[in-house]
Amino acid sequence: MPKAELMDYDKALELFEPVLGFEVHVELNTKTKMFCGCANEFGSGANTNTCPTCLGLPGGLPQINKKALESSIRLGLALGCEIAEHSRFARKNYFYPDTAKNFQTSQYDDPICHDGSITIELESGRLVTVEIERAHMEDDAGKLTHMGGATGRIQGADYSLVDYNRGGVPLVEIVTQMIEGAEHDAPEIGKTYVAAIREIAKALGVSNARMEEGNVRCDANVSLRPRGSNVLGTRTETKNVNSLRSVERAVRYEIQRQAAVLHSGGTITQETRHWHEDTGITSAGRPKSDADDYRYFPEPDLLPMAPSREWVEELRLTLPEPPAARRKRLQAAWGFVNLEFQDVVNSDLLDAVEATVAAGASAQAARKWWTGEIARLANVAGVAGDSLVTPVQLAALIGLVEAGTLTDRLARQVLEGVIAGEGTPAEVVESRGLAVVSDDGALITAIDAALLGQPDVLAKIRDGKVQAAGAVIGAVMKAMRGQADAARVRELVLERAATIE
Amino acid sequence: MTYLTKLSAAALRDLLISQEVSAVEVTRAHLDHISAVDTDLHAFLHVAGDDALATAAQIDERRAAGETLNPLAGVPIAIKDVLATQDMPTTAGSRILEGWVPPYDATVVARLRAAGLVPLGKTNMDEFAMGSSTEHSAYGVTRNPWDRDRIPGGSGGGSAAAVASFQAPLALGSDTGGSIRQPAAVTGSVGVKPTYGGVSRYGAIALASSLDQVGPVSRTVYDAALLHDVIGGHDPLDSTSLTEPWPSMAAAAQAGLKDGALKGVRVGVIKELSGDGFQAGVTQRFNETLALLVGAGAEITEVSAPNFEYAVAAYYLILPAEASSNLARFDSVRFGIRVNPESGSLTSEHVMSATREAGFGPEVKRRIILGTYALSAGYYDAYYGSAQKVRTLIQRDFASAFSQVDVLVSPSAPTTAFKFGEKLDDPMAMYINDVTTIPANLAGVPGMSIPIGLAPEDGLPVGLQIMAPARADARLYTVGAAIEQLLEASWGHTMLSQAPALTPTEMFASEEGAV
Ligand SMILES: [Zn+2]
Repeated sequence: MPKAELMDYDKALELFEPVLGFEVHVELNTKTKMFCGCANEFGSGANTNTCPTCLGLPGGLPQINKKALESSIRLGLALGCEIAEHSRFARKNYFYPDTAKNFQTSQYDDPICHDGSITIELESGRLVTVEIERAHMEDDAGKLTHMGGATGRIQGADYSLVDYNRGGVPLVEIVTQMIEGAEHDAPEIGKTYVAAIREIAKALGVSNARMEEGNVRCDANVSLRPRGSNVLGTRTETKNVNSLRSVERAVRYEIQRQAAVLHSGGTITQETRHWHEDTGITSAGRPKSDADDYRYFPEPDLLPMAPSREWVEELRLTLPEPPAARRKRLQAAWGFVNLEFQDVVNSDLLDAVEATVAAGASAQAARKWWTGEIARLANVAGVAGDSLVTPVQLAALIGLVEAGTLTDRLARQVLEGVIAGEGTPAEVVESRGLAVVSDDGALITAIDAALLGQPDVLAKIRDGKVQAAGAVIGAVMKAMRGQADAARVRELVLERAATIE
Repeated sequence: MTYLTKLSAAALRDLLISQEVSAVEVTRAHLDHISAVDTDLHAFLHVAGDDALATAAQIDERRAAGETLNPLAGVPIAIKDVLATQDMPTTAGSRILEGWVPPYDATVVARLRAAGLVPLGKTNMDEFAMGSSTEHSAYGVTRNPWDRDRIPGGSGGGSAAAVASFQAPLALGSDTGGSIRQPAAVTGSVGVKPTYGGVSRYGAIALASSLDQVGPVSRTVYDAALLHDVIGGHDPLDSTSLTEPWPSMAAAAQAGLKDGALKGVRVGVIKELSGDGFQAGVTQRFNETLALLVGAGAEITEVSAPNFEYAVAAYYLILPAEASSNLARFDSVRFGIRVNPESGSLTSEHVMSATREAGFGPEVKRRIILGTYALSAGYYDAYYGSAQKVRTLIQRDFASAFSQVDVLVSPSAPTTAFKFGEKLDDPMAMYINDVTTIPANLAGVPGMSIPIGLAPEDGLPVGLQIMAPARADARLYTVGAAIEQLLEASWGHTMLSQAPALTPTEMFASEEGAV
């Protein structure tokens, strides 16, 4: 539907109540795949991380990755879920070339985690509790690349290539209960919820949680209920919405689209929809009914799992502080205003700033460096800031500035040296000879030379034309290669001009 | 050197260890015999030939160099084509895998190689092990060495016929509902289905994952035990593999040869696996064997297993359900043949469909459709769910029986080998043939078939099935070896020495050509 035909968002909300649901897939960062010993690695040569099991060769058999089970349980615990005493895998049967076995090894009746909830905070300060129905384990499919078509989609392609490196990578699928009462906040709830899942997975260390690499993928379910009705509307499932902003946009788009269709007397088809990042619209995928028959049955090649209660409690003790609580605590401790704190959070620098403060730096200085000069250099290099310099190195650098050994300008040069691998800040100061020159003797020698070298300037200063001193100060700073405190140089120039013979 | 093919694996082992014969001589003798008789019998789908001789030569070198080898090193073996072998095609008897050479060895094959056994080739079978006659192989039937117009049993007819016709002293089979035991019974050989989880399934092309089990095929109980010891034991690549250590099956078989081995052994005769539907000569030999057991001091009791009557029905829901999912991977994308549709566009869906249409035989299609139906929403509880409940009831029947007796016995199959084509058009008649063997698979307990004589009416072999509680495989070998010894003493010869001589037509032809 072209955007012009969408219903105005406020009007849509006047007529309808949106009901949401999300399925978020979190790719675990285990060393090996879910059911075999192949490397779980992004960016390897096509089909190099494969074996008879993940290629679905005749005779291949699965083995459960215990680390993946552990990560799934920790994720479930962090989402406030119950951990099932008995859980098992089930086969979800369907034919598709990216699924090597032509069934996905997933979970059906007995998911490992169930009945949890998380509370998210919207920008308005509104708190929304999202109920989690289940979080279950499954294996990922391979990656299809459609060749020859104009759009890169399967329609119009000449042929498709399949890379099974991702096939068998462990996933946890987190399914929410129906979210009602979202009202105008529906798009923001979508974005904030997915952000919270991403943040929790990252804090637990169970996933690399990079949405741009597909580590966190969201399917958004949206339906509209006419005001005054208690009958649920037909829902659509917008698949693979892979950035936070897109989740927000896709939910908003579906609300406006469905409202326009319903208002003009049309009906909503229960279907999957594709999200188009470029145009910001969704388009129809395949029809989906609740009777979709995947012929689930318990996976006979794997034994049921019975995680012991002792183990679950041990894992509970390893949970980090919930990210939302941690943010509150850190903002208070650092005394940042909202804007400053959001800047740090949005740049994914919370850990970096915290570690820098822990290494002895002041919070404000740590923030300024990470979001300023380091972010700039990282942007130029196209890498993450925390890959350039360690919090300990930065804290040492900040210490040198605060002790007066370095000016901000010199500190930036030292930072370059540190990034270039020349050593600790102190070592770079030493090897590059970058410390501020605070020895008056050296300065006086330079000043005297400059004054005697420019007798006309000396005469002007002696005549009281103090601004002429600038030329001498410039020459001295140049001679000192900038490593002098300009204010002190000025004092000494005026002093020496009066006394020099 | 033709006498070498008549020897048991144990006898060959002794000659190889004492270096009276070489592995190359043993291997060549078997390869010669294969080329003499197998054009007619067709037990093998692939013969390793020079590769087998090269493997044997390596064993000889290592033995000559004084290396300590597994005692069975140099003994030849045939491998059912359901097992992945990285140097031989692996088709599972199906057109859809024609020419496919896997990039890996099944765990049992890797263990054979590590022990120095010499793979002679791959044996024929019903397509994807679906059948009881080997008539469902895409590559033609295997003939029964006792009567070339009759089936060698199935699905492992090739392995049983190879061993019974002295083309190999040992073979590997797989048993989902009787595919090792029933061919053993109708060819006069020995076959063992181990406890579920006793032998790795990694690299065994799955028919029904919860029922499949790989096991030994041989001419003597002791030989089967020797092979069981090589292939058995925990495999981390098979999650259903049992982790505890196993006793030596060979030692258990030897214990059965001691005087009084059967004294006080409580033998249960399953009431439901006798009577109507069992051939007269089968029942006669079975009863005679029971009389021998009584004479040897065993205590015979009749036990009832009331739920066995539902076993075949439950089996033919569970098996097709699992098979329909296991066989989904045969889609032409990554391995096997690829068939393009005659019309329509070349989408992966159309190519997949055309490949499966051309690559699967009618019995495979029948079971995929049955299984797909049984798993469908709305039918799952009535079919798959009920079948699993029956399975639990059958396990209880076994538990109750084994609380009274040490082993259970029955005829291995209701009849002797039937003629080609006799049951081909009547799938139900073919399915009912497995009534005796299916319960052990449903319960996961071990079962063995040993020959107990020829049916008077047709002169064909009759088998005795012995079953033990899960994990008590060793008990089968003790009791089996004891009964085998009793019978051979009463006959004054081995069973297979009575098999008709095979006409080595091809050997004469080649000798003529060589003149
Ligand atoms: Zn793999």
